[in-house]
Amino acid sequence: MHASTSLDTLIRERRIWRGRPAALPPGTQPTGLAALDAALPTGGWPEASLTEILIPADGVGELQLVLPAVARLTQRRRRVAVVAPPYPPYAPAWRAAGVDLCWLTLIATQCEQVAWSMEQCLRSGSCAAVLGWPAGADDTALRRLQVAANTGQALGFAFRDRTALGNASPAALRIEIDVTRARLIVHKCRGGNPPPPIAFAHA
Amino acid sequence: MAWACVLLPSLALDGALRNRPPLDTPFALVSGPVQQRRLVAVNAAARAAGLHPGQRLATAQAICRDLATAGHDPHQLAANLALIAAWAYRFSAEVALAPPRAIVLEAGKSLGLFGPWPRFAGRLRQELAGLGFRHQIALAPNPCAAKVLAGVHDGACVPGASALERALADIPITRAGLPPAAADALPGMGVRTLGQLLALPRAALQRRFGAALITTLEQLLGQQPAPFTPYRPPDHFVGRIEWPFGVTNHTTLLFPLRRLLGDLAACVAARDSGVQQFSVRFEHEHAAPTDLTIGLLAPQREAAALFDIAKLRLERTALPHPVIALGVRAATLPPFVPTGHDLFDTRPANAIPWEQLRERLRARLGEHAVHRLAADPDPRPERASAYDTPASPGDPPPLPPRPTWLLERPIPLRGPTPHILAGPERLETGWWDGGDIRRDYYIVEIGNGQRAWAFCPPGERTGWMLHGWFA
Repeated sequence: MHASTSLDTLIRERRIWRGRPAALPPGTQPTGLAALDAALPTGGWPEASLTEILIPADGVGELQLVLPAVARLTQRRRRVAVVAPPYPPYAPAWRAAGVDLCWLTLIATQCEQVAWSMEQCLRSGSCAAVLGWPAGADDTALRRLQVAANTGQALGFAFRDRTALGNASPAALRIEIDVTRARLIVHKCRGGNPPPPIAFAHA
Repeated sequence: MAWACVLLPSLALDGALRNRPPLDTPFALVSGPVQQRRLVAVNAAARAAGLHPGQRLATAQAICRDLATAGHDPHQLAANLALIAAWAYRFSAEVALAPPRAIVLEAGKSLGLFGPWPRFAGRLRQELAGLGFRHQIALAPNPCAAKVLAGVHDGACVPGASALERALADIPITRAGLPPAAADALPGMGVRTLGQLLALPRAALQRRFGAALITTLEQLLGQQPAPFTPYRPPDHFVGRIEWPFGVTNHTTLLFPLRRLLGDLAACVAARDSGVQQFSVRFEHEHAAPTDLTIGLLAPQREAAALFDIAKLRLERTALPHPVIALGVRAATLPPFVPTGHDLFDTRPANAIPWEQLRERLRARLGEHAVHRLAADPDPRPERASAYDTPASPGDPPPLPPRPTWLLERPIPLRGPTPHILAGPERLETGWWDGGDIRRDYYIVEIGNGQRAWAFCPPGERTGWMLHGWFA
C-alpha cells in the first residue's frame, strides 16, 4: 500500500476540498465614494451590520463619509436615526447634502442610554440606518449592536474615538479616518483582507 | 337571525382570579356580615378540599387551613359583565346584557365575516379563555332560547326556528328560566320538561300561572322580543384592581397592569378607536396615590404596545409606599387611524412599526427625546435649523458651504491664528427683529485637522469664535 497519495488524486476524487473565500453577494449599499466601494469586499457598506468609524476628533469628515448613504436612504423614504450626536446637526447643510429631513430622526439621550437607543432602533426594522455616538461602549455593547443590526436588517454606524482601535471589535467593518495623511484606513472588513489605505479628501 | 349566548357560570370567581397570578391553592369568595361570612364561590382546589358555596367561612377555614379569600363585590360582577359585552361588541353590532351572568349577541350577520359557526365559536372560546373566563356558548334563533340552551348544553347549535322546539323539548323545567312560582309548581304536576309544557294549552296555563309564564314561553319561541337591555359601549375606560395586601415589587405589578391594559385595548378595539393618553394610578394605604400619565404621539390600540410603554415608564418610577390598588383610566378615546403597510413589505418578520419604536424611546428617554430636524429660511445661522417645526415649502436659496454640526452657541476659538481655507462670507442681517448680527465667517482648519466654521467681527482677523464643524 502506498504510504503517500498525490494531492492531485485527492482533489480529483473530491476527498479534500480546497479552502476558498466564499464570494460575497454584491452589496446594495454603496458608500458614495467610488474608491472606497472598489476597495471593500462588499462593494459598499456591509449590509445589516455594524460599521465602526474611528476618528481622532470631531469635524474630520466623518459625516461626509456616511451622508451619501443617508441621503440615498432618506430619498427612498427609509428612516434614518441619529442617536446622541455630539453637536446639533445643522439642517441647511444636511439638506444640501441631499438628505430628506422628513425621514431623519434625532434621538437626544444621556450617555448611558445611547447603546440601548441604538439597539432599539437597529432591532426594530423600522430604521434603515442608525448613526450613533456610543461613548464608552465596550465590546459587549458593540456585539449587541451588531446582532441588533443583523436582526433588524439595518446599517449601523458607530462613531468612536480612535483610541478604541486598541480593543477588539465585533463590527463588520472598522474604518479609521487618518486626517494628517488624508486617507481612510480599513482595519477590519468582513469577507476579505483589509485593503490598503484609500485617499480621502476632507471637503 | 341567529343569536349566540355566552354564559359565564363562574363569573364572580373568574373575575377575581383573573386579576392575580395563576394559583392552584384553595381560594374562595366570601360575603355577608362579618360575624356570619359565607362562601359564595370556590375554585377547583377548594372544591377538592371539600369546600362548597354557602358554607360558613369559619367552617371552611377549619377544613382548609391555607384558604385564601377575597370579598365578593356585586358591582365588580356587573363591571366584569360589561367588560365581556365590550369584548363581544367587536364581533356583533347587537350585544345585549342578560344579567347576572350572560350576554347575548346577534351572530347571524357576523358569520359572513368570522366564518361558519364552528369557527366563530372557536374564536369566541379562545378569546374568552385568554381573558380568563370560563364559559358556555350556544346558538339559537332568539336570545332567550340561546340563554337557556347555553345553560343546559354547552356548545348547542340550533340553526333554525323549526329545530328550536325539538331542541327545547328536553330541557328540564327547573333550568328553563321560568318564573319561580311556575318552576316550583310544574314538576309536582308531572310536567318535567319544556316539551311537556309547550304541549299544554296556553289559555289554561295563563289562567293557572298568570301572564308571566306565557310571556316567557313566547320569548323562548321567539314570538315576543327578548327582555334584555342592549349594550352601548362607553366612551371612556376605567379599570381598577385591588389587593388585600400591599405590593412593593415592580415585577408583581406587571401582571395586573398587563391585564388592565389588555382590557383597555379590548374596549378601544370594540369602539374602533384608539387611546392617546391614559393614566395609571397606584393607590397607597396611608398616602396620596402615585399617578403616571402616559401620553402618546398618536392613538394606539395594541395591548402589547400599550403594555410595553407603560412598563418602561413604571420601571423608571419610584413607588414610595406599598401599592394596594392599581387603576387605569382613559378619559377620551380618539379615532384610530391604522398605519398603511406595504403589501410586499420586505422588512424582517419581527420588525416593530416606527410609531411603536418612537413611543418606546419616549417612554424610556423622556417625552422630549425624539426630534425631527427642519430647515428654516432665516439667514441667521442660529435660526436656520430647528426641531419639530413644519418643513418650509419650496427650494432653499443656494448657500455657500455650511457645516454639518452647529454649536448651540459660538465659543471662543483660542490658540494660534487658524489656517483660513475659505472666506470671508459676511452675514449682516436680522435687523428686523432686534436679533441682528454682523459677522465675517471663514472656513478654517485647526491644529489636528479639524475643519471648523468660525467668525470674527467684520474686517478683523482677531477674536475668533467657533460656530460649527464640517464633519
